[in-house]
Amino acid sequence: MQGKKGIIGAGLLIGVIAVILVRFGNPVNMGICVACFIRDTVGGLGFQRAEVVQYIRPEIMGIVLGAFFMALGKREYKARGGSAPFSRFIMGMIVIIGALMFLGCPLRMVLRLAGGDLNAIFGFLGFAAGIIVGIQFLNRGFTLRRTYNLAAFEGYLFPAVNVGLLILAITAPAFLFFSTQGPGSAHAPFVMSLAAGLIVGMLAQRTRLCMVGGIRDVILFKDWYLLSGFLAILAAALVGNMLFGQFKLGFAGQPVAHTDGLWNFLGMALAGWASVLLGGCPLRQLILAGEGNIDSAVTVLGMATGASLAHNFGLASSAQGPTLNGKIAVALGFIVILAIAYFNRDKSTEVTIKGGVKIDLPSN
Amino acid sequence: MIYPQIDARGRSCPEPVLMTKKALEQSPNGICVLVDNAVSRDNITRFGKNFGYQVSTELDGSDFKITLSR
Repeated sequence: MQGKKGIIGAGLLIGVIAVILVRFGNPVNMGICVACFIRDTVGGLGFQRAEVVQYIRPEIMGIVLGAFFMALGKREYKARGGSAPFSRFIMGMIVIIGALMFLGCPLRMVLRLAGGDLNAIFGFLGFAAGIIVGIQFLNRGFTLRRTYNLAAFEGYLFPAVNVGLLILAITAPAFLFFSTQGPGSAHAPFVMSLAAGLIVGMLAQRTRLCMVGGIRDVILFKDWYLLSGFLAILAAALVGNMLFGQFKLGFAGQPVAHTDGLWNFLGMALAGWASVLLGGCPLRQLILAGEGNIDSAVTVLGMATGASLAHNFGLASSAQGPTLNGKIAVALGFIVILAIAYFNRDKSTEVTIKGGVKIDLPSN
Repeated sequence: MIYPQIDARGRSCPEPVLMTKKALEQSPNGICVLVDNAVSRDNITRFGKNFGYQVSTELDGSDFKITLSR
């Protein structure tokens, strides 16, 4: 599956899977949403107490384990880490705070577009703008420095945690939380969700599918490979939604969405900027974590923390629109991301690559 | 023909490709890039082919040595 055909096929299949999951119970235009599902999962564990968004989503565990098994089978599993882990944790938090301002990760943004939710156009424009800003820093030597090889066992722990979550979801002990109303109560059957996650995880591992990478690579390298996967998801979900009567064009009354264009734009701009510096969208972070990348596992924990705070502090938007707290959090997120982007420019790399032309730069 | 070599091991996507791009601006006839993961290998291979380079890869221990040449 090296070529464009592979990623287009994978994208089409993922688009169809997303539509089927909605058909069998997932919230509308939310067949798969990495941000929302991590949020629901931390709610299920009781880290946030918004009663309408609590459910351990097997899609998340399936994606991680699908990537893990595929990477093992293809001999691409490799435990590694040590590239600015705490910066990545903070950036993971920021990605989710931005995504929950908009109400969806970049993947759900595509699925919302495919469902006719025109608010997602503002999200998409913001996402692209955030990526363009991030690229300016990449071009000026932004780096989170290199990773190092770790003991293989270190990398097994994250998939193992996901197996643990699945066992919790199946046994459903009384200390867990399961929404009885709202989006958290809307879900496809457990086995179907898990199978869908496994397939998506395997496909995304093979094709390196990434929403932020798609736009980034077109701008940086004129490389359409990743974006063609993104477009395939859009096309398949659009056709699927129309066939199943799940397509509804417009701004108002869209499911799990609000109509504040400015904050849809800004939320996804923040998520796009942080994601491009992280090297991948939330889906990609799950895949990398499954492949043994501890930095991505830490990023996922940051996303889980951000999702908890987003509901504990009232930062996440609702159908009524964004909250004041959420706007303040997004504004702070921009300041933090700017600082991370600015202070992680590696001038020494620039000097080496330019062949010593800029030797008069002050050393940091 | 021996090309200048850059070491992109441990770097995560998209840094190895950016380093390759910058290095090719210095040495347009070709370079050799050392990476340690399959994603970077695939990305650099695709980048090289998109820009009209011949790309060959050899295994160097657990690393990949990619040569881009015209």
